[in-house]
Amino acid sequence: MELGLMQRRLEDYTKSLFMEGLLDAQFLQLQQLQDESNPGFVGEVVSLFFDDSEKLLNELTSAMDQQIVDFRKVDSYVHQFKGSSSSIGAQRIKNVCILFRNYIEEQNIEACLRCLQQVKQEYYHVKSKLETLFRLEQQVLAAGGSIPAIEVTSF
Amino acid sequence: MMESCNCFEPHWSADELLMKYQYISDFFIALAYFSIPLELIYFVKKSSVFPYRWVLVQFGAFIVLCGATHLINLWTFSMHTRTVEVVMTIAKVLTAVVSCATALMLVHIIPDLLSVKTRELFLKNKAAELDREMGLIRTQEETGRHVRMLTHEIRSTLDRHTILKTTLVELGRTLALEECALWMPTRTGLELQLSYTLHQQNPVGYTVPIHLPVINQVFGINRAVKISPNSPVARIRPVAGKYIPGEVVAVRVPLLHLSNFQINDWPELSTKRYALMVLMLPSDSARQWHVHELELVEVVADQVAVALSHAAILEESMRARDLLMEQNVALDLARREAETAICARNDFLAVMNHEMRTPMHAIIALSSLLQETELTPEQRLMVETIMKSSNLLATLINDVLDLSRLEDGSLQLDDGTFNLHALFREVVNLIKPVASVKKLLLALNLAPDLPEYAVGDEKRLMQVILNIIGNAVKFSKDGSISVTAFVAKAEYLRDVKAPEFFPVPSDTHFYMRVQVKDSGSGISPQDLPKLFTTFAQNQAKSASRNSGGSGLGLAICKRFVNLMDGHIWVESKGLGKGCIATFIVKLGIPEQLKETKFLVMPKIPSSHVCSHFSGLKVLVMDENSVSRAVTKGLLLHLGCDVATVCSSSECLQAVSQEHRVVFMDVYVPGIDGYEMAVQIHKKFAKPHERPLIVALTGHADKVTKENCTGAGMDGVILKPVSLEKMRMALSELLERGLIFEAI
Repeated sequence: MELGLMQRRLEDYTKSLFMEGLLDAQFLQLQQLQDESNPGFVGEVVSLFFDDSEKLLNELTSAMDQQIVDFRKVDSYVHQFKGSSSSIGAQRIKNVCILFRNYIEEQNIEACLRCLQQVKQEYYHVKSKLETLFRLEQQVLAAGGSIPAIEVTSF
Repeated sequence: MMESCNCFEPHWSADELLMKYQYISDFFIALAYFSIPLELIYFVKKSSVFPYRWVLVQFGAFIVLCGATHLINLWTFSMHTRTVEVVMTIAKVLTAVVSCATALMLVHIIPDLLSVKTRELFLKNKAAELDREMGLIRTQEETGRHVRMLTHEIRSTLDRHTILKTTLVELGRTLALEECALWMPTRTGLELQLSYTLHQQNPVGYTVPIHLPVINQVFGINRAVKISPNSPVARIRPVAGKYIPGEVVAVRVPLLHLSNFQINDWPELSTKRYALMVLMLPSDSARQWHVHELELVEVVADQVAVALSHAAILEESMRARDLLMEQNVALDLARREAETAICARNDFLAVMNHEMRTPMHAIIALSSLLQETELTPEQRLMVETIMKSSNLLATLINDVLDLSRLEDGSLQLDDGTFNLHALFREVVNLIKPVASVKKLLLALNLAPDLPEYAVGDEKRLMQVILNIIGNAVKFSKDGSISVTAFVAKAEYLRDVKAPEFFPVPSDTHFYMRVQVKDSGSGISPQDLPKLFTTFAQNQAKSASRNSGGSGLGLAICKRFVNLMDGHIWVESKGLGKGCIATFIVKLGIPEQLKETKFLVMPKIPSSHVCSHFSGLKVLVMDENSVSRAVTKGLLLHLGCDVATVCSSSECLQAVSQEHRVVFMDVYVPGIDGYEMAVQIHKKFAKPHERPLIVALTGHADKVTKENCTGAGMDGVILKPVSLEKMRMALSELLERGLIFEAI
């Protein structure tokens, strides 16, 4: 495929992620930090995020599965998850985490379980989208092109 | 043979009849003698216990032999052979032997038999006695059961009337009484009133005086006392017909009060009131009061006393509870009214505030516009004064609303670095025109050791000084006003009302003492305490001239001074003798005075921003790997030399003098960020060795910020951090040593 086309496809795809609200400006910050001295920065951070999140989600699931739910533990996991997702700019995940924390405060198990489900869904969604994004980027790089920087003001 | 047989010659002729009778008698004797042993044997065989069988055999033998003798005698009436004689002799001999033996044995046997008889009698008596005692015990047990039932009945209710009624009913039933009555003392305590009876439906309300001898006798002893059926307390029923009234017993029932229950004091000693219980046995029954019945009555009387006291306590506590509920309701109402009042006042203040602000703003706006135009120097001076006064007035208006906030303590000072000397000069310049109009001399005296710059709330300090000097001017008709300001060394205040206030200067703070002396109308001693109360104006003064003022001035000043950890007071030698107003406030010593800056509050970010912090050694502590990586990336991009740790213990170990800044996430389980900061402060005693500490947090509300500053942190940054934000934060940090606002 032609480089320009690939680049445009990458650009559109990235923009769509922002439009959908999956990612926010923080993700752009990360992209800005990626330069010659630190070429794989975004990839590193995102894979860290994936690993961390898998672990967190497992812990969360098992914690919510208990007979007597330890809300403090659950709260700390959700806080962690909120922290990591906001650090990479996963906006939707962050919002669900905020909602989740409210329900934890209310000790509403039903709602918490729903939130957990939602968080998982959002996470897997973001994960697959980001993986697609990286694949597109790799294609562009392999074809010898460079990844275009997205303007912050374009949306 | 007939001659040597020695037999009796039977005299047949005349004594034939006699012989015949003898013959018959002998026959019957023999018969009897033979049948008696048979009977004996028969009956002994029947009875199982007969200890003397051998005696019986002997007796039997004796009787049989006697019988045999008599039987053989039958043959001796006529001619008999020698054989018969021999048999007769043998029989007689045997009989003799046996009878002697028996006679001898009887000597031993008969006493024994007699004693058996006595023992039998004894045992029978004993058995009878035991029976009687059993009967008694059973009766007592019955009584005990009755008592238990009774007390159970009595104690199962907490209602006075039920208790007393039940007592009478149960007692009546248990003891089969004819009548049972309870006399209670009246309110006055001088009479006993018939309150409850068993059979009469409506007690007539008889009363008897309480000091009758019989009553005193009963009250004086704690046992049941038999009294005469004719005494007034016992004569409840109309005596009719030939009654032989049954015996009457009376017992006292102590009426216990709550106050009777003292720890080492038994109620008998302290109770004064008794009720009287009178019990009457049925008339014409010849029944008597038994001891156990009296005991029962005494026990019941005690139980009744206890039950009554419980009922009384319950009544008390119910009453107390009702009272408390009423009070609660009243308090609730009062609280709601107070809240409404406060709301109303706040609304009023807000509205007034708004109404006052609008013209104020017009003045300020227009004066500033005027400043822009062409003005002569005098005009410019005047316009500047107008501006300054209107600014002050605007602040005052703010403070009128703030007063409510001051009162509930939510107002906070706006600290900043400012020029102290300049402030005083400005105040004096503001007042000078007014003073000169009144021909008052205004003198300002600043001590040489008073620092030029200080940290504090400039506007409010100016307001305080202005207010006090303004008052001095207002209430002086002539003379002079002197203002002195100097650094207060550790000294006692001369105001006796606050002997504990002991200003101690430190490395970072000093206490400034300002004294305003005027030679005006003074204040009388009784008005001195009221000076600082809100809205309280001195009557004499307000009458003298248009003093204006809301009466808020000194109250606000006092509150501001208190907020500045200070103290304010006024002294006056009396009316017409002027007064001295003094206040002490705590001001901060500004750090690292740089020559060029600090005239203005450094809220404006400095124009010079380092864009490349090459080699700056920083330490990042964040438990979350993702945000740690992001922060690290940010700092790396800015050129810093970044080290990362993921726990507080690692951080404490890793932090060193080389690190200029430590970024820490404050939400860390285990030692939290605040504690960490304190630890870091401890680790590096000298301030310039210590790295700057910046908190990274997901929410930066006031509380978090306060906690951070309280723990000794130099700044707070809100996550997620953008590149620009980090850049600016770092440059501000390095320039000023702290971040003011980095949100």
